[in-house]
Amino acid sequence: MKGKFRSAKNRLFKGMVIVFSLVAITPIMLIVFDLFQKGIKQINFSFFTKIAPDTWDAMTALNHGKIIPGGILNGITGTFLMVSVASLIAIPLGLLIGIYLYENAEKRYAGVVRDISDILQGAPSIVLGLIAYFWIVKNITHGFSALAGSASLTIMMLPLIIRSTEETLKMIPISIKEAGLALGVPYHKIILRVLIPTGFSGLTTGILLALSRVLGETAPLMLTALGNPFVNFNIDKPTSAVPLLIWQFYNDPNMVNLIWSSSLFLVILVLTLNLIAKQIAAK
Amino acid sequence: MDKPIIEIKNPILRIQNLSVSYEKDKYAIADVSVDIKKNLITAIMGPSGCGKSSLIRAMNRMHELYPQIETKGKIFLNEKDISKLSNIELRRKIGMVFQSPNPFPSMSIYDNVIAGYKLNGIRQKKAKRDDIVEKSLKDVALWTEVKDALYKKGNFLSGGQQQRLCIARALAFQPDVILLDEPASALDPVSTSKIENLLVKLKKEYTIVLVTHNMAQAARISDYSMFMYLGELVEYGKTKDLFTNPTDKRTEEYLTGKFG
Repeated sequence: MKGKFRSAKNRLFKGMVIVFSLVAITPIMLIVFDLFQKGIKQINFSFFTKIAPDTWDAMTALNHGKIIPGGILNGITGTFLMVSVASLIAIPLGLLIGIYLYENAEKRYAGVVRDISDILQGAPSIVLGLIAYFWIVKNITHGFSALAGSASLTIMMLPLIIRSTEETLKMIPISIKEAGLALGVPYHKIILRVLIPTGFSGLTTGILLALSRVLGETAPLMLTALGNPFVNFNIDKPTSAVPLLIWQFYNDPNMVNLIWSSSLFLVILVLTLNLIAKQIAAK
Repeated sequence: MDKPIIEIKNPILRIQNLSVSYEKDKYAIADVSVDIKKNLITAIMGPSGCGKSSLIRAMNRMHELYPQIETKGKIFLNEKDISKLSNIELRRKIGMVFQSPNPFPSMSIYDNVIAGYKLNGIRQKKAKRDDIVEKSLKDVALWTEVKDALYKKGNFLSGGQQQRLCIARALAFQPDVILLDEPASALDPVSTSKIENLLVKLKKEYTIVLVTHNMAQAARISDYSMFMYLGELVEYGKTKDLFTNPTDKRTEEYLTGKFG
């Protein structure tokens, strides 16, 4: 009698777990499904090779029942430019700070750095955009620029990379480090040639997750990179980005269709990065 | 204790008044003097926290890594003060194997064996490297098991095989002394007996210092044994004598299982 009750409880619990997990993933599935349905018809070759159309072209095309011409090339190149510059600074700096925190975990200064990095991670992205605006737009480039956009993205990436680096290195058993020292290997070489290769998958995962985090950032870019109707590779000039284009399309009633395809592109890009990160982490 | 407990002629390692403290005035080892004989297995026994590991870690200056640890006294290797040797010189002469197998996970089996040369930037011709790898792996009786997988990572090896790989890594330098810190405590009985047979074979070429928790193991393979208790070297002598006729009461009590 008791056994029956117990197995009934078991089944009830199992059923509930399945139902609730379905409830949790339904919105995500709906979003992806919706994006596909609405976005796929605009995605073609010119979507990746042409710059964003002006509202007049879009309206004419819509009135003739055609799809909107043009694409999001200026956004893709802008995102690529700004994220690359941000990575160039944030990845080495984040790795170095992470290694420093790991090596000096007990020191007071390291504790301060760790706390600041944690606060930075929780800071609203628009605030970071404001800071980049006052530091770089106002004082360095004297105008909206890709550099200012990169700076705000760098500040966003840094804490993520710092913490993932520290946590990854902490997971490596100390005996691996001692094995190197017992062979007489100098300390810096142990870090470079033993610890970093050993934690390689963890470090890469952290970097990829930081990348996918900033790929979709809009708020700080509005205050720094502003946007640009043309392809721009000059870091001194205003630049577009895919999320900025989405915001621009949203404000133009003729461009609504492009919102969906741009969003689809961004979601797929971020999902791919996440999946790669997962694959690497599993190794 | 100024004089070592027993006289050993031409010792390979001579330890003089060694003290190691982890905190101020708290000694893990207090004033230990002992000589270690060449081409034999010397076992260090004692209950947890008696200073066994601290003693062998002092022999290749592993304590240097931790600035809070203070070491006093002198250690001579072949009558040379080890504090005057560089890290690489010293650790080429005194190799170490740890409690749990710790091959470098990012490296192939081949690279693991040659790691001491590679990581220290000691260049060698490929043929010479191949020889070193082959000899070291043969020495630890791992060659036939891994010769077709030399360039694969070692993570498919069993715990015992990994530990033998670590011994091979230490042997690659052709050291004078190999220090082993409870090398078999994480292994199953079959792997343990393989390691023990290996050590007995290796003592022809190397001097072996073995820390062990396991009295039976010390009795099986060591030639000389020391018994440590609370940082003090209580008794040192031929293993046979120590086990059959201990002179100190604490040794007797430990060996008969009264504590430990």
